[in-house]
Amino acid sequence: MSRYTSATPADRAEMLAAIGVDSVADLFEQIPEPLRLREPLALEDGLGEAEVYERLSALAARNEDAERQVCFIGAGMYDHYVPAIVDAITQRSEFLTPYTPYQPEISQGGLQVMFEFQTAMSELTGLPVSNAGLYEGPSSVAAAGYVVMGATKRRRFVVSRGLHPHSRETLETYAVGYGAEVVEVGLRDGETDAEALAAAVDDEAAAVFLQSPNFLGAVERVEALAAAATEHGALLVVACDPMTLGVLKPPGEQGADIALGEGQPLGNRLDFGGPSFGFFCATEEQIRRMPGRIAGETDDVDGRRGFVLALQTREQHIRREKATHNICTAQALNALAAMVHLAWLGREGYRELGELLVRRTAYARERLAAVPGVELLHEAPVAREFALRLDAPVDRVLERCAERGIAAGYPLGRDYPEYGDGLLVAITERRTKAEIDDLADALGAAVAAEAVAA
Amino acid sequence: MNQQDEQVLTIYERSKPGRRAAALPVAEVPEPPLAELIPAELLREEPPRLPEVAEPEILRHYNRLSRRNFDLDSGFYPLGSCTMKHNPRLNERVAALPGHARLHPAQEPARAQGALELMWLLQRSLAEICGLPHVSLQPSAGSHGELAGLLLTRAYHADRGEARTKVLAPDTSHGTNPASVTMAGYEVVKVATDERGGVEIDDLRAKVDEDVACLMLTNPNTLGLFDENIAEIAALIHAAGGTLYYDGANLNAIMGHSRPGDMGFDIVHVNLHKSFSQPHGGGGPGAGPIAVSERIVPYLPRPRVVRREGDNGHGPHYDLDLDRPKSIGRLRGFQGNFGVFVRSYAYILSLGADGLAEASETAVLNANYLKARLAEGRAGDRLPIAFDRHCMHEFVLSGKPMKRELGLATLDLAKRLLDFGFHPPTIYFPLLVEEALMIEPTETETKESLDAFADAVERILAEAEGDPEVAKQAPYTTPVRRLDEVKATRQPVVRQQL
Repeated sequence: MSRYTSATPADRAEMLAAIGVDSVADLFEQIPEPLRLREPLALEDGLGEAEVYERLSALAARNEDAERQVCFIGAGMYDHYVPAIVDAITQRSEFLTPYTPYQPEISQGGLQVMFEFQTAMSELTGLPVSNAGLYEGPSSVAAAGYVVMGATKRRRFVVSRGLHPHSRETLETYAVGYGAEVVEVGLRDGETDAEALAAAVDDEAAAVFLQSPNFLGAVERVEALAAAATEHGALLVVACDPMTLGVLKPPGEQGADIALGEGQPLGNRLDFGGPSFGFFCATEEQIRRMPGRIAGETDDVDGRRGFVLALQTREQHIRREKATHNICTAQALNALAAMVHLAWLGREGYRELGELLVRRTAYARERLAAVPGVELLHEAPVAREFALRLDAPVDRVLERCAERGIAAGYPLGRDYPEYGDGLLVAITERRTKAEIDDLADALGAAVAAEAVAA
Repeated sequence: MNQQDEQVLTIYERSKPGRRAAALPVAEVPEPPLAELIPAELLREEPPRLPEVAEPEILRHYNRLSRRNFDLDSGFYPLGSCTMKHNPRLNERVAALPGHARLHPAQEPARAQGALELMWLLQRSLAEICGLPHVSLQPSAGSHGELAGLLLTRAYHADRGEARTKVLAPDTSHGTNPASVTMAGYEVVKVATDERGGVEIDDLRAKVDEDVACLMLTNPNTLGLFDENIAEIAALIHAAGGTLYYDGANLNAIMGHSRPGDMGFDIVHVNLHKSFSQPHGGGGPGAGPIAVSERIVPYLPRPRVVRREGDNGHGPHYDLDLDRPKSIGRLRGFQGNFGVFVRSYAYILSLGADGLAEASETAVLNANYLKARLAEGRAGDRLPIAFDRHCMHEFVLSGKPMKRELGLATLDLAKRLLDFGFHPPTIYFPLLVEEALMIEPTETETKESLDAFADAVERILAEAEGDPEVAKQAPYTTPVRRLDEVKATRQPVVRQQL
């Protein structure tokens, strides 16, 4: 039995009479008979609300989430604390249930949120223009590929191996479609190899793609690397972690033409990978090539301040095949969550949180590197995540740590065969000193036990 | 400052140095100057200018903004092709369970069995609803699913040593279709619509050749009409070696009644934020899973969620399969919009086979009833139906006579509806209907809502017969009145100067 509908038998009878048919089945006769399903779908019949809750709850109970395990896994998504005020605001019907604001007169709330969000992201990245959000980090990188190709009329992307593996792969997936080539530049001592980068960029390169902190946690010397791009008229795209921009120099001050990234650390839960959002900021020159929605300030006929979707002539619903991107539904609610989180942190809180991450990360890095059988994979500066090399099979070590209730980190070998024994450890404000000390103990015991077993 | 101006202050304008909300944990670890940890030239000199506001005022600010939004829980929202159906709150509750909400996407599959099983179950359910054997949940929205479908088509043909260049799409198609085609590196070729609102078969036949990679179709289409020639269309495309793509934006019309796979479609995207009740969030999040036929399976995005049968008395387990050499690759980070999957799976469990079929029946009943109501009286004269036959879940009216006879554009009617407490229909789409109004009531509306909407349209038309200026200057009761959108594009102000 379907919930959520209201038509009573009497309603139905009246409605059918008004339509002039005998039954709803008559309305389905426009579907040719051979294509009409004769049998019900092979799904269960509907369940009561309590039963559905129990089913979903039982599935959830079979996941080891960050409430049950101390989570040191990062790799692009992080176990930050989401303030209660974020849920209170994002769960309001007025934000949760409208469509994209096509009717601005009755969508001022959502449009103003977009405008505030764009201002915040522009401040964070140091670039003048922000959109209202894209799907998530890696597809935002792929979207940037389309933008730089349009801007330069060149079809080669030079990509650091320090860019998130999912971003590199997504960029390659998209590039096959829009017809671009992806060239990868390796890492040296944890950072993008500057010489290899300079050698890979030529006058055919549309853009250089960097990430800072990169996937191994290293804060890249973006300004030094930027020269390779500018010398050849290529653009610079920098993926960044929004939780580090309270302390790290923003990409806009380091020569980036586009700064983007995964927005999850701001106000969004882990959710096994989504929904979160991607942010996308750029120089003024790129504004008419930007993907996604952009809110703009304007006036109404009475001269009152208001907000609308600006530059809609870039978009698919107006420009169809000439649009700058195909995006329609994106992640507005997730961007609102980010804005509320940023307002809650405020200017000082945002900087303090960045400092807290850097200091706890420094502590954790030193503490773990002192564990016998554990060493640093690189010594480049880090902000909130760092890479280790273990003297034992990483999967076995992770298993032993998990038995002690600790998710010790991300095994680098999943994406970097050259770091097969590598472990990437992430710190958030939720990871206390005591938990870091426990991780050191657990890692030490696990590595030692594996040495004995070997 | 008057009350009106106070309403529209931004969070930055409510900021005052020294105020704050956040209470952060103490460091507990040594606190050296940052420059001892990271070289000074890599550090930021000044923190970004974020607002400085205490928690009570943040809450008031966003609550105040929320009251300047119209939403589905406030009233009727018949936005065509958007399926603004009720968003069950149970789904929010189950999505927020820590086992879902705080699960790290890189957690070992063995320690995320519940999440992977849920994804697998949702894949199976969507496969059954679509009548196709395999599903990837990865695409983040409908247009992302379209891009996936076109990249799959490219990979499928490349694997056969073919390089095709064109994609066909009807002139009634959603704007995302041609935009996705361009992004995927193909050229769009428009196919005409016949006098019954379906694909013009002769035009299609003339345009199908060995350069055609794919035909993208919505069925029922954006006129709300089921294309009765779909079997013939599918045969034409398949005979020429192309793939047939189903834009699932209108799936809400046919759940449990007809299946795209049975119609001959190779690739289908499903908008979980339309037919499967994920809230729209003011523009997302959504999800656009794709269902595909056997011949497309090898190219599906990585990773795939798979079920592996257990041995030695162990039960089945679930895994992420990355070893897919012919895959088009990833379309995004991690596994997809999992929180959306939880809500949609809860919705499918709640409705079940019987409920989904009934939902589509009621959606079609509501649309036809509202269409009948709007065929009466003034609306019948001024806003004729574009294609006069029974519709599926939505229908399209033309405001051409209204404009000619009363001087009222469809935009004016839409704006006047705001004063009556309704969200207007989709307007000026599809493009082939002049002054179009595209109306989709969905199954979760009452007969009373539909009647009230029809009555409002009648009143607006009667009012315009007396004085069209009333509607032409509307709205009057909204937080702001008509806005200068041209200015926002010519001289864009897209961030606040601080």
